[in-house]
Amino acid sequence: MARKLLLEHINVPGINTLEVYRQQGGYRAVEKALKTLTPDEVVEEVKKSGLRGRGGAGFPTGMKWSFLAKPEGVERYLVCNADESEPGTFKDRYLMTYIPHALIEGMIVASFALGAKTSYIYVRGEMMPQIRILEKAIAEAKNAGFLGKNILGTGYDLELYVQPGGGAYICGEETALIESLEGKRGNPRIKPPFPAIAGLYNCPTVVNNVESIAAIVPIINDGGDEYAKVGIGRSTGTKLISAGGNLNKPGVYEIELGLPVEEFIYSDEYCGGIANGKRLKAVVAGGSSVPILPANLILKTLNGESRLMSYESLADGGFATGTMMGSGGFIAFDEDQCIVRNTWNFTRFYHHESCGQCSPCREGTGWMEKVLHRLEYGHGKLSDMDLLVDVSKKIEGNTICPLGDAAAWPVASAIRHFRDEFEWHVTNPQEAVQRNYGLAHYADPLPPVGEPA
Amino acid sequence: MSDLIKVTIDGITVDVAPGTSILNAARQIGGEIVPPAMCYYSKLEGSGGKCRTCLVKVSKGSEKDPRPMPKLVASCRTGVMDGMEVQNITSPEVVEARKGVVEMLLINHPLDCPVCDQAGECHLQDLGYEHGLSSTRYEFERRTFDRIDIGDKIQLHMTRCILCYRCVFTADQITNQRVHGVLGRGDAAEISTYIEKAIDNDFSGNVIDVCPVGALTDKTFRFKNRVWFTKPVDAHRDCPTCSGKVTLWYKGEDVIRVTARKDQFGEVEEFICNTCRFDQKKTSDWVIEGPRAISNQSVISSNHYDTLKPLPVIKTNLQLQQSNKDQFERATKL
Repeated sequence: MARKLLLEHINVPGINTLEVYRQQGGYRAVEKALKTLTPDEVVEEVKKSGLRGRGGAGFPTGMKWSFLAKPEGVERYLVCNADESEPGTFKDRYLMTYIPHALIEGMIVASFALGAKTSYIYVRGEMMPQIRILEKAIAEAKNAGFLGKNILGTGYDLELYVQPGGGAYICGEETALIESLEGKRGNPRIKPPFPAIAGLYNCPTVVNNVESIAAIVPIINDGGDEYAKVGIGRSTGTKLISAGGNLNKPGVYEIELGLPVEEFIYSDEYCGGIANGKRLKAVVAGGSSVPILPANLILKTLNGESRLMSYESLADGGFATGTMMGSGGFIAFDEDQCIVRNTWNFTRFYHHESCGQCSPCREGTGWMEKVLHRLEYGHGKLSDMDLLVDVSKKIEGNTICPLGDAAAWPVASAIRHFRDEFEWHVTNPQEAVQRNYGLAHYADPLPPVGEPA
Repeated sequence: MSDLIKVTIDGITVDVAPGTSILNAARQIGGEIVPPAMCYYSKLEGSGGKCRTCLVKVSKGSEKDPRPMPKLVASCRTGVMDGMEVQNITSPEVVEARKGVVEMLLINHPLDCPVCDQAGECHLQDLGYEHGLSSTRYEFERRTFDRIDIGDKIQLHMTRCILCYRCVFTADQITNQRVHGVLGRGDAAEISTYIEKAIDNDFSGNVIDVCPVGALTDKTFRFKNRVWFTKPVDAHRDCPTCSGKVTLWYKGEDVIRVTARKDQFGEVEEFICNTCRFDQKKTSDWVIEGPRAISNQSVISSNHYDTLKPLPVIKTNLQLQQSNKDQFERATKL
């Protein structure tokens, strides 16, 4: 069995209560950090651990913390981003539902490290049960003296609040989240200034993903160096992967970074292969925003190396033949799935969730959706593929926040890798509405390097 | 002065005060290298960054950190650094991106210029003419909205709106009661007042002036005339609520429209009150200062001054007569 750091005690009955959580060694990190370490030492441990943000971008957490401006007499805030709404990603919800205290413990340690006296957990509005679970857990922690005034007699005060969002994907973008938390319309802010300088209520703010914050707990318990030993290269530690789609055993798995993708899909410890004895056609490796890859490219990189679940290996080959770790929303498609329909569905999501602030994303996402809808229902033209690629290029990189990029990448990559399926939708419109294109050559072995692909 | 910093835009170096945005530095240089701006408005705090037409490439970050910026940046919201080098029209990447943005802006725009009051002084029209394609690649239905009356003097035609947020900032910042904002999301977002409540404020009419397109129009002027048939004249009056400095738009001897004075970037010099804008439409209400200088590039400046059949207002004003003569001489010389 691979090493588990976050979900080690997930199967212990009653782990969602403070009592059982403490019996399993919970809140050791709080005691250790508040009593024996200084805030700077905590930041140093996190830096040593090499922990990278688990929300999607993979920015080193320790580095992010050290950028936080610390002017005298100004409040600092820690905000936990629990606005998880990426299609395919459901790891944070799982964590909050079953081990809420792991998040709260991480919040206390992280707030201590950053010197925040008030911290917020911004939860997506649809997750009402999780909001109740967290509020109950916070009340328990407060009764036990881990929150409030003078925590464990160390003189450190911390108030922790849960804030339900309105259920908008865009509020997962950190500046939009801050706007929403302030009670305004959730439009992303124009950066600079970055939240580390002027964030919530114009004070220095750090926004971290749920999983990043929960990962602070094992880092403090075992030390940053020990955490860095898990994983591979610059991808240290463990990562929660929410596996979905046509798999035998979908669900949330904690993996050590560096696990081969093939093993993750086919081994019985993890997903247990493709459901109903079908064959794998394509994989979206990190939530709907990352480029989709056909089966042959997800299992092996273009150089013929086995692809690993790590930030570097998944990104191997850049956008031409690689993808990204993203937020760990692993979606597998079997041979019966239609890539055109799926791409249309993703685009429909981005069209619906675009905030409408900047023009390329507001207008471009709707345009792409309409073109893809036309293709899926057999009214497409052969020029539509080039049009889609062109529109996605016009959006990518020209928007205020990464939602534009996130909307452009799935479309561009689907056309890059599955162009013949799109073309088949145009040339055989009758057939396309009745049956799917099938596996075609997408699982064929890759041609050896050197030969034209 | 020593505390000025140097910035180079398209090869032209200019000294600006620290904290200036790239766009404002470019405006100090002037000419063709000024990036177009649909949403930025120097008099409105927080505006800009939304329309993405002012994207530029920063090929050198600063003297200290010469790395280029990885993405194109919105020049209206990016501050200059000492030694920064910016490419605007000299970068094919920027021109291409801007073309893309213009295309996006026009996707849901009805292009009803022939019946739009803004035609002739519309920034989107200029932008489309300059950067856009002659035909669209968009083959779907455009979003449409019903026209809404915001009070009895202003009409909102959301179909034409490009969501620049300027009017929202105006309502926020120069009026003390916030009653209008943006509802909805994505391309369904719309400027709206809460339950169509009238904006009832002395300065509400300024939203018409800040609107870069014909989404907010003056109901006292709607369908009265095309702007290029009217004749702008600077005038002022002793107004208790505002500065009273306006531009009157004459047709024949009637003042058919009053607006604030707009500079070369389409921004008003001073906001004016609703009384000046909507109610004072007689020549006798105003002290005429002289003709409004309009760029030769503008369609408004065509057919303005006709010495053969001078307008009645010119007959009684010496200054206008002189300008009329100058203009006529210049025009006939060409």
